[in-house]
Amino acid sequence: MINATVTAGSPRSRPGYWAWGVIALALTLALPVLVVLGFLFAPAGEVWEHLAATVLQDYVVNSLWLMLGVAVGTLIGGVGTAWLTSMCRFPGRGLFEWALLLPMAMPAYIIAYTYTGLLDFAGPVQTLLRAWSGWGYGDYWFPEIRSLPGAVVMLSLVLYPYVYLLARAAFLGQSLCVLDVSRTLGNGPWRTFFTVALPLARPGIVAGLSQALMETLADYGTVQYFGIATFTTGIFRTWFGLGNTVAAAQLAALLLGFIFLLILLERLSRRQARYHQTSQRHQAIRRYPLRGWRGLVAFVFCLIPLALGFLLPAGQLAAWALEVASTSLDAAFWRLVGHSLGLAAAAALLALLLALILGYGQRLRPTPGVTLAVRVAGLGYAVPGTVIAVGVIIPFGWLDNQIDAWMRATFGLSTGLLLSGTLAALLFTYLVRFLAVSLQTVESGLGKIRPSMDESALSLGLRPGTVLWRVHLPILRGSLFTALLLVFVDVLKELPATLILRPFNFNTLAVRVYELAADERLADAAPAALAIVFAGLAPVILLSRSITRSRHAQPH
Amino acid sequence: MPSPTECLPSPSPSLSLGPGPGPGNGPNQSPGPVRGQLVISGVSIAYDGVPIVSGVDFTLARGAIGCLLGPSGCGKTTLLRAVAGFEPLASGEIHLHGRQVAGPGLNLPPEERRAGMVFQDFALFPHLSVARNVAFGLRFLGRRERRVRVAELLELVGMAGAGDKYPHQLSGGQQQRIALARAMAPRPDILLLDEPFSSMDAELREQLAREVRELLKREGVTAILVTHDQLEAFAMADRIAVMSGGRIHQVGSGFDLYHEPADRFVADFIGQGIMLPGRVVDDRRIDTELGPLTGTSPHGLAHGTPGEVLLRPDDILHDDASPLRAEVVNRAFRGAEYLYSLRLASGQVILCLVQSHHNHAIGEHIGIRVAVDHLVAFPRETGSHTQE
Repeated sequence: MINATVTAGSPRSRPGYWAWGVIALALTLALPVLVVLGFLFAPAGEVWEHLAATVLQDYVVNSLWLMLGVAVGTLIGGVGTAWLTSMCRFPGRGLFEWALLLPMAMPAYIIAYTYTGLLDFAGPVQTLLRAWSGWGYGDYWFPEIRSLPGAVVMLSLVLYPYVYLLARAAFLGQSLCVLDVSRTLGNGPWRTFFTVALPLARPGIVAGLSQALMETLADYGTVQYFGIATFTTGIFRTWFGLGNTVAAAQLAALLLGFIFLLILLERLSRRQARYHQTSQRHQAIRRYPLRGWRGLVAFVFCLIPLALGFLLPAGQLAAWALEVASTSLDAAFWRLVGHSLGLAAAAALLALLLALILGYGQRLRPTPGVTLAVRVAGLGYAVPGTVIAVGVIIPFGWLDNQIDAWMRATFGLSTGLLLSGTLAALLFTYLVRFLAVSLQTVESGLGKIRPSMDESALSLGLRPGTVLWRVHLPILRGSLFTALLLVFVDVLKELPATLILRPFNFNTLAVRVYELAADERLADAAPAALAIVFAGLAPVILLSRSITRSRHAQPH
Repeated sequence: MPSPTECLPSPSPSLSLGPGPGPGNGPNQSPGPVRGQLVISGVSIAYDGVPIVSGVDFTLARGAIGCLLGPSGCGKTTLLRAVAGFEPLASGEIHLHGRQVAGPGLNLPPEERRAGMVFQDFALFPHLSVARNVAFGLRFLGRRERRVRVAELLELVGMAGAGDKYPHQLSGGQQQRIALARAMAPRPDILLLDEPFSSMDAELREQLAREVRELLKREGVTAILVTHDQLEAFAMADRIAVMSGGRIHQVGSGFDLYHEPADRFVADFIGQGIMLPGRVVDDRRIDTELGPLTGTSPHGLAHGTPGEVLLRPDDILHDDASPLRAEVVNRAFRGAEYLYSLRLASGQVILCLVQSHHNHAIGEHIGIRVAVDHLVAFPRETGSHTQE
């Protein structure tokens, strides 16, 4: 049959070079995680026993307390603000709706440094307190910010937007009729919130919470600075302090176990959320008006996370930056900016390229193998930078040693470390960690191009290459830009992996902030920190714009 | 401006409790009680100063099924939601079962009104089983009584044994029955149905409407339906209020609305038809191109003025023997009958419903005869929807 020969030439039935490419790529990207997991079976000897006897319990207990505290903090902040801004009407609601996302631009380690500077003995708050009360040193008790509760507050302040975003989407996605039905069946507004709205939004809220908790586990800068022993600081200590690669990798593997539990939780919640979707049609929202003192309470409730999570620390950073601007904005600073921007741009472009290869691979040959490979390639987003760094440095070091040994045996030349400690290793780490971000964006963009669009373009006489250029590219353009931007900013903010893997004498903004803060030179760290926060604003603005747009799209 | 219900051609009919003769079979003349189960008087609703509903009066007797019928945006859903307690009134009063629930300075919240509601998308709680959905409004009952009542309702809507299922496992029709059972469970004073059939297949709607009507009648439930589908309204309601622009234009049975529309809007909205120009001869007769047309009751226009007569497709009969002839310009086959568009000598086009074995080609001239019992006429002014 003619038809059969024609379809035989179509991309769907051609031998799957692309498919094999996708699978090979996914395996490469999964290598660091696989390496770390592999160390679960390696004997670690005395150091491991020493760890287990002394600090391991601290790591687990501290991490659990941290997670519990951040869970409570982000739930109260995220769900409360999401409910108020999506379902109620009070002064400032429209502003809060997008402004509540601003703390996302603030990396946890930067907010931790800022509050330390604000609240320590010589900081403006205590100085003011002493001037006002006449107390002197040791006359009064002041909460110590560099503590576990302090870390909980810091992380909650910047991580609640994850819960806010997903809870908000869940509340807005609920059929309002469901809430109305509850009212007509005799339940007041509060009872309706707790028996209907909250249970319905639960999957969304849990998904947001598990993201916030993954970030909590991945945090290195805050807990390191506050001196809290957790897995990430433990991995650093074991590696650099004790020099035990195997034990560090095993700690990393243990941390991965926690992360996998959270991923599982998130996936299950998202699956459940499908059944909890109630409305087919979106109805204009009639927000419940909060008048008088109720409106004021709502206003203050939304203002607190925004002010403490963004306005206050950003203001303090700006003040410090102005203070030191004359001395610190020197050539060295601009070199740092150049390093950071160049690294972030390279990683963003590479990630986009790989995401396109994976995304199209999945579109052209959606076989189970390819789909699984794409999922595996996207797993890194949940894995802490510290873990990935460990998983990168071990195989790269091994490879370097092999090459070195072979070269010495064959040519009598020592090549030393060819790959480890180079930008290539760092870029590879970024790709493993952040590919999922661009992959997700590219996939959702490709999802908008329905197969019928390809078919109608082909039936109008366009060649496949032309279809790509004239149909896909214009539709994808927005998504591609978003993918670039998101990875760019994530790389800019990344701290622990950069710290471990950067080439000797190669600094970035994030590393510089870390170093200056470690020397208690908080004001000097401000310009670099502020630059990172500014860059972090870009994706937040993108998100807020999509929020405002969806609001305008609503009828009424 | 007089209240819309005052310009009714017939005294407002209202149906008493019981299965009755079914809707749409003729005007029901039984006098309504002074106080109904639902009394809406002078109700206006506005959003941000823009009036959505203005000065509406509507009464429904205990056990009767009412309907708010109108195009989208006419304010019918807003009025229904005001009865439920979701919209505050700008003016007017609403009484439910003899109790004032809304009025100046009073706006009972929905949970205190005892008004059950069935929504367009059914709004079942996806996180609760069918049984717990139905039991949702029964939290003041004891455990055993609650179980008995849930079983009773599932039985009633023909879903016995489905109690352990979850909403996403049910078909659209089944979800609707559960939504109905859930709303009826606490024995509300009134049941409010917001376009409950709109997500159903068109073929199913009328049948479902009839089924629901039987169920409500059997249980003696007072109910109001909101819809834009007149066939649904005819199939279900005893008393239909036609709304547009936030006003009620006419209240009556389907039969009244079709044969004696109170104004041009109702004439236009209910059924098909055209306006044939004519001249008023006396209070029952109007001369037209089709000859003098005489009605059984006064048409209400002044002598000698130009008027327009409403002609329904079933008012024009096909008769080969008739000397009156018209040219077929278009035809729509509908199975049992043809709907012909016929051009008169003046160029005026009229509609004619003919049994489909009368198969005439376009361009053919066929004989017709006029048979109007209810002569409905309006003063000649095109483009206006209001009378007087």
